[in-house]
Amino acid sequence: MSAADQPAPVHEIRERFGFLRRSYAMLIKEFIQLRRDRVSFAMIVMLPVMQLMLFGYAINTTPHNLPSAVLLQEDSDLARSILKALENTAYFRFIYEVHDVDDFDNLLKSGKVLFGVEIPRGFERAVRRGDRPALLVAADATDPVAASAAIGSLGMVVQTALKHDLYIGDPPEMPFEIRAHARYNPAAVSSLNIVPGLVGTILTMTMLIFTALSVTREVERGTMEALLSMPIRPVEVMFGKIIPYVLVGFIQAFLIISIGVFLFGVPVLGNLFLLALLSTLFITTNLSIGYTISTLVQNQLQAMQMSMMFFLPSILLSGFMFPFAGMPAWAQYLGEALPLTHYLRIVRAIMLKGAGMHNLHFDALALAALMLVAMTIAVTRFRRTLD
Amino acid sequence: MNGDSGIAIDVKGLTKSFGGREVVHDLSMQVKRGSIYGFLGPNGSGKTTTIRILCGLLTPDSGEGTCLGYDILKDAEKIKRQVGYMTQRFSLYQDLSVRENLEFVARLYGLTDARGAARDMIKRLGLSGREEQLAGELSGGWKQRLALGACTLPNPKLLLLDEPTAGVDPKARRDFWNEIHALAADGLTVLVSTHYMDEAERCHEIAYIAYGHLLAHGTVEEVIAKSSLSTYTVTGEDLNELTATLTGKPGVDMVAPFGTSLHVSGRDVAALEASIAPWREKSSLHWQKSHPSLEDVFIELMGRSKDNFQ
Repeated sequence: MSAADQPAPVHEIRERFGFLRRSYAMLIKEFIQLRRDRVSFAMIVMLPVMQLMLFGYAINTTPHNLPSAVLLQEDSDLARSILKALENTAYFRFIYEVHDVDDFDNLLKSGKVLFGVEIPRGFERAVRRGDRPALLVAADATDPVAASAAIGSLGMVVQTALKHDLYIGDPPEMPFEIRAHARYNPAAVSSLNIVPGLVGTILTMTMLIFTALSVTREVERGTMEALLSMPIRPVEVMFGKIIPYVLVGFIQAFLIISIGVFLFGVPVLGNLFLLALLSTLFITTNLSIGYTISTLVQNQLQAMQMSMMFFLPSILLSGFMFPFAGMPAWAQYLGEALPLTHYLRIVRAIMLKGAGMHNLHFDALALAALMLVAMTIAVTRFRRTLD
Repeated sequence: MNGDSGIAIDVKGLTKSFGGREVVHDLSMQVKRGSIYGFLGPNGSGKTTTIRILCGLLTPDSGEGTCLGYDILKDAEKIKRQVGYMTQRFSLYQDLSVRENLEFVARLYGLTDARGAARDMIKRLGLSGREEQLAGELSGGWKQRLALGACTLPNPKLLLLDEPTAGVDPKARRDFWNEIHALAADGLTVLVSTHYMDEAERCHEIAYIAYGHLLAHGTVEEVIAKSSLSTYTVTGEDLNELTATLTGKPGVDMVAPFGTSLHVSGRDVAALEASIAPWREKSSLHWQKSHPSLEDVFIELMGRSKDNFQ
C-alpha cells in the first residue's frame, strides 16, 4: 500500500475566484464528456447539415409540373404557341382545357389544378394591333410559395418563348400584359424566408435537447449525488453546462448559414458580426430554456417530452410556418414569449433586409429577457439536496 | 469556532421520513476526531440517510447538530468543503478517465495545481499507467480506490464512506482498510458504513442501527458486553437436528450455525441453561460456554428490533 509509506503531498486550496474556477471545472468536464459521446458529437454536425439539405431541397421553390388548366376563349395560333412555351418550361403541365369560366373556377376551387391561364376572346387580334391585351393568370396561393414562384417566372418565360416565334417577330416589349391573380392568399411568403427560418428552427431543436438532458442525465447516472456533496453552487453548475454548448450552437449556426449562402444562394445583406452576436444570444437563450426543463423534470423521457412541448409551438407560432401577422392576438402574445419568434425577425432582417442593431433593439432585448427568466427559474429550481 | 474540540460529529434527535415512512428515528451520535467509526445495520436501516444528512444532502425533519463544528442545518456549504463523501453507488463520471475525474474534483475544490494534485493522487493510489483509462472500465476494486482517492483529494477533515467495500474482493478490501487506517492516523475522522463483521472489528467505535433506531454503540468490546447475551458453542453430530429442536425453546433467543459449530445464545442465562440442559449430557455433543461474537450480538439486536418496531 503506497499510502502508508509515503507522505501525501499537500496541495493548497485557493479561495479567490471560486465562482469562475468551479464553473471552469464543470465546463471542462462537460467538454470532455461531449467529445467522448461520439453519437452526440456527430449529431452536432450531421443534424443541421442533413436537416438543411432535406428541408432546403424539399421546400423547393422552383415549381415543377404544376397541374394547370387553360381557359381557352379563342383558339388562335398565338394562344397555342404561348401554351406550348409555358409547357416547355416544365413548370406547368396543362391537364385541362376548358371553354367555360365556371368550369375554370371549379377546377381551381377543387384543387384539381393549382394554376390556370385564361386567354380571352380576340387576344391574337389585339396583340397584332398592339393593344397589349391582358393574359389572365390565376394561381391557387394556398400554397403561396409554389404559386408566387410560378407567377414570378411567367413573364420571362413567355417573353423568351415568343422571341423565337417568327410569327410575332422580335417585339421590343411585352406585346401583352400578364395580369396575375394570386387567389386565396394574396400576401405570398417570399421563398428566401425558408433558409433563415431553418437556422432558427434547427438551433431551437438541437440546443433545447442538448441541455434538457443534462441535469436528469447526472441524476440517472448517479453522479448528481457526488456533485451535490461537493462545494459547487447551482449557478456554477448551470454555466458549466451551458457554455460548452454555446460553442456547439455557434458552429451549427455557422454551418447552416454557410450552406444557406453557398448552396441556396441566400444573401447576407447585413452585418455578419451582428448576426453572429445575436445568434449567440439566441443560442444561449435556448440552452437556458433547455436547462430549465432539465431542472423541472424527473427523468430523460420527461425531458424529451417537455422539449417537444416547447418545440412545436415554436415552429407553429413563431412565424416560421405561418405569417406572424396573420395569427389572432392571443397567439401573437404567445408567440412573443418564444425566442424563435424574435430570432426569426432578427435573422430575416439581417440576412434579407440588411437591418442593423437600431432596427432590432426590441427583439434582442426580448431574447435577453427570456434568457434571464429561464436562468432564474433554473437556478431557483435546481435541487441542492436529494430531498 | 469550536472546530478544535475533540468531537467531529455531534448530532441529536435526527428524524427523517420519506413518504410517511420514518427512515431515521430520533438518532443521536457522537464521533471523536481522528477515529474510525463503524456504522452497522441491515439493509434499509437508515445508514445512507443518516450519512446524507451529515453531509448536507438531505435536510432532517427534526433534530440538530454539528459536523466539524458547523451547524448541519445552516452551514451545509461549509461542511461540504471539508467533507469527503464516498457514495454507495460509484458516482464519478464513467465516461471520464481516471485523471480527468481527479482533475475535475481538484478544480472544483480550488486546488492551486489541479493537474499536479491529480498526478500525485494517481501515484498514491497505485493507478499509474491507468490514468487515461475510463473510470467506467475499471474493475470494482479499482473503482472503489479511485472513489476514495477522489474524496480524499481536497484534504478533507471528515470522510463519510457509505458501504465502500460492497462487492470488492478480500485483498482489495484489506488494502482499502489499510488505507483508511493510514488516513485516520493522519488525523482524519472516518465514518464508514458496512455489513461486514470483520470490518466492524477494525473500527475504533461502532454503532448499530436498525429500522432507523440506533440500538447500540461503543467499542466492539463494549457493545458485546452491553448485550448481556450468553452464548454456548456446540460441536458434534446432528447439529441440524439440534437447531430445529432448540429454536423457539424458552430462553433460546438465537441458534446460528458457524461452520462446524453452533452458537446458542440467549439473554436470560437461567432460562437458556434450563432449556439446553437435556442435551448437555449427550456424549455426541460438546458444549462450551463462550463469548458471543459481534455477529451474534447484531443478529440478536436485529431480531429484537423487528419485534419492537414492526
